[in-house]
Amino acid sequence: MELLTVLLVVIPLICAPITAMIADRRVAWALTLMMCLALAVISAMVLNDVTTGKVIHYELGGWKPPWGIEYVIDSLNALIAVIVAFIALITVIYGRKSAEQEIHDSQIHLFYAAFQLVILGLMGMALTGDIFNLFVFLEISSLASYALIAMGHKRQALVASFNYLIAGTLGATFFLLGIGFLYAASGTLNMADLAARFDDFASMKLVITALLFILIGLALKAAAFPLHSWLPEAYTQAPTMVTVLLASTSTKVAVYVLIRMLYQVFPQAYWEEMLLPGFLMLSGCLGMLYGSYKALCQVSIKRLLAYSSVAQLGYMIVGIGLNNEAGLTAAIVHMFNHAVTKAALFMAAGMVLMRLHTTSLDKLRGAGKTMPWTTGAFALAGLSLIGVPGTAGFISKWYLVQGALAQGNYLVAGSILGASILAIMYVWKIIETLYFDGSDKLHVHKVGSGKQIVADLPVATACCYLMVFACFYFGLYTSIPLEAAQTAVQAMMGNGGAQ
Amino acid sequence: MTTYLLGHLNYWLIIGVMMIGMFTMMSSPNLMKKLAGLSMFQTAVILFYVSIGKVEDGTAPIITETATRYANPLPQVLMLTAIVVGVATMALGFALIIRIRRAYNSMEEDDIHLQIQREELD
Repeated sequence: MELLTVLLVVIPLICAPITAMIADRRVAWALTLMMCLALAVISAMVLNDVTTGKVIHYELGGWKPPWGIEYVIDSLNALIAVIVAFIALITVIYGRKSAEQEIHDSQIHLFYAAFQLVILGLMGMALTGDIFNLFVFLEISSLASYALIAMGHKRQALVASFNYLIAGTLGATFFLLGIGFLYAASGTLNMADLAARFDDFASMKLVITALLFILIGLALKAAAFPLHSWLPEAYTQAPTMVTVLLASTSTKVAVYVLIRMLYQVFPQAYWEEMLLPGFLMLSGCLGMLYGSYKALCQVSIKRLLAYSSVAQLGYMIVGIGLNNEAGLTAAIVHMFNHAVTKAALFMAAGMVLMRLHTTSLDKLRGAGKTMPWTTGAFALAGLSLIGVPGTAGFISKWYLVQGALAQGNYLVAGSILGASILAIMYVWKIIETLYFDGSDKLHVHKVGSGKQIVADLPVATACCYLMVFACFYFGLYTSIPLEAAQTAVQAMMGNGGAQ
Repeated sequence: MTTYLLGHLNYWLIIGVMMIGMFTMMSSPNLMKKLAGLSMFQTAVILFYVSIGKVEDGTAPIITETATRYANPLPQVLMLTAIVVGVATMALGFALIIRIRRAYNSMEEDDIHLQIQREELD
C-alpha cells in the first residue's frame, strides 16, 4: 500500500512528458484516460484502506523524516485524492469532443500534457507531508493551469490567465515567505515535526508572521472572499474541460491545505485565541452573500456559475472558522459535494457552449424544449447547488448550520440561509430562461457554413448525468465522504485538544 | 541601535526590494512592468532564504578539519527549486504578454480593459 501511494504522483509525472511528445490527439487522449483510470483505482484503494483511522507513511528515497520528504496519507487527504482522481477521470471522458472543438489540433497533445500536470500538482499537494514540497506542487499545478486557461478560444482568456498568473504567483510567494519564517523559527520543514515541536518555538513573534503569510497566500489560491478577483474570469474564459477540472478540484485542494495548516501544523490552541476564527467567518459570510449576489447579476451561465463558486468557497471558509466538529466536517464534506455539483453544472454549461456557441442567457430563451437533456441536468444539479433535502448540497449545509447553531452564532446561520435564498434565485433565473421564457428560435452562433455541428453528445451527456446522479446518490447515501471527514476531524480535533 | 540596524542590513535591503517589487506590480498599468515587479518580489524572497542560512563565523558547508561551524546549506538548496519555479513563471508570463500584445495590440491594462468592455457590449 505504501508503494501505491507514491504512484499517485509518479504516474502523471511519467505520463505527462510522454503525452507532450506524442503529437496525436487520439493517443494523447487515450493516455490521459488510462492515467486517470489508474489514479482513480489507486486512490479509491487508498481511501478504503485509511477510513478506519490508519495513517500511511511513505518515505521518498528511503530518507527518514524529518530530513527526507515523506508522504502522509490519512482519511482527509485520501478523500481529496479521490475527488481529484474521479473528477479528472470523468472530465477526460466527457471532454474529448469539447477539447477537439476548442483546442487547435496542433496543440491538443500539449493541452492534455498540461492537464496531466495539473492533476500531478493537485495530487502532490494532497499527499505530501513536507511543507516545502507542497509549495513546489502548488506551483506545478498553478503554472499548468495558467497555460490551460490561456488556451480558451476567446482572446479574453489571455488576460484572465495573466491576471491569475499575477495573483497566483503572489499567493504562492507569500506562502513561500511564510514557510521561510517558519523554517527560521523551527529549523524543520516536515509538517508532523513542526507540529510536534511547536511549543519550543511558539513564543517567537516570527511564528505569527509565518501564520499570516501562509494564510494569506493560501486564501489567494483558494479564492477566499476579498482575494477572489481572479476566479470568475479565469473560469469563464477557460476551455470547458479545464473549467470543470479547476472549478471542482483546484480551489478545494487549496482549502484542504488551509485546513491542514490550521489544524496539523499550527495547533488549534495557538490561533483560536486570536481574531482568526472570527475573521475567517466574516470572510466566508461576506463571500457567500457577495458571490451569490454577483451570480444573480450575471448573464453568462459560465460566469454565473463561477461567482457561485466564490459563494460556495465561502461556506467552506465559514466551516473552518466555526472551529467546531460540525463546522469542520461540513467544510470537508462540502468540498466533496460541491466538487460533484459544480462538475455537473459546468459540464451542462459546456454542452450548451459546444452546441450553441454561446452561454449567454438572453440567447438561450426556451432552450429547454430543444435540448431537454442538457437543461434537465441543469435543473437537477441546480437543486443540489441550492441544497434541497435529498441532494448532496443539503448534507453539508445541514452540518454547517448545526455547527453555527452549536456556537449560538445566529448571524452565521442567517447568512447561510440568506445565501441559500440567493442561490434559489440565481438557479431559478437559469431555469426560468430555459423553460418558461417564450421560445425564440435558437440560433447557432459562429459556425462556418458547411461545418458539421456537434448535434448529439451521447458520451458527454452520460458523463454529465453520472455527476447529476452522484449529486443525489451522495445526498441519500452519505457514508463515503462523511465517514472520511469524521475520521479526519476526530483525528485533528483530538490532536488540538491534547496539546 | 546602530549595531542592530547595521547587523540586520541585509534584511532591511530585502524588505526594500520586496516593497518596490510589490508596489510596481500593483501600481503599474503596463503588463511588462507588472511582471518585472513580480520577479523582484520573488527575488527578495530568495535573498531572504539565503540570508537565514547564514551562521555567524560559519564557513561553506564542506567538511574540513579546520572548520567547526558551517553555514546551513538547506535554504540555498530550497532556493534552487524556487528559482526554477520563478524562471518557469517568468517564461509563461512573457509568453502570455506576447500573445496579449498580438491579440489586443497593446500592453497597457487600461487600454485592454476598454477593448474588453467594448467586446462585452456586442
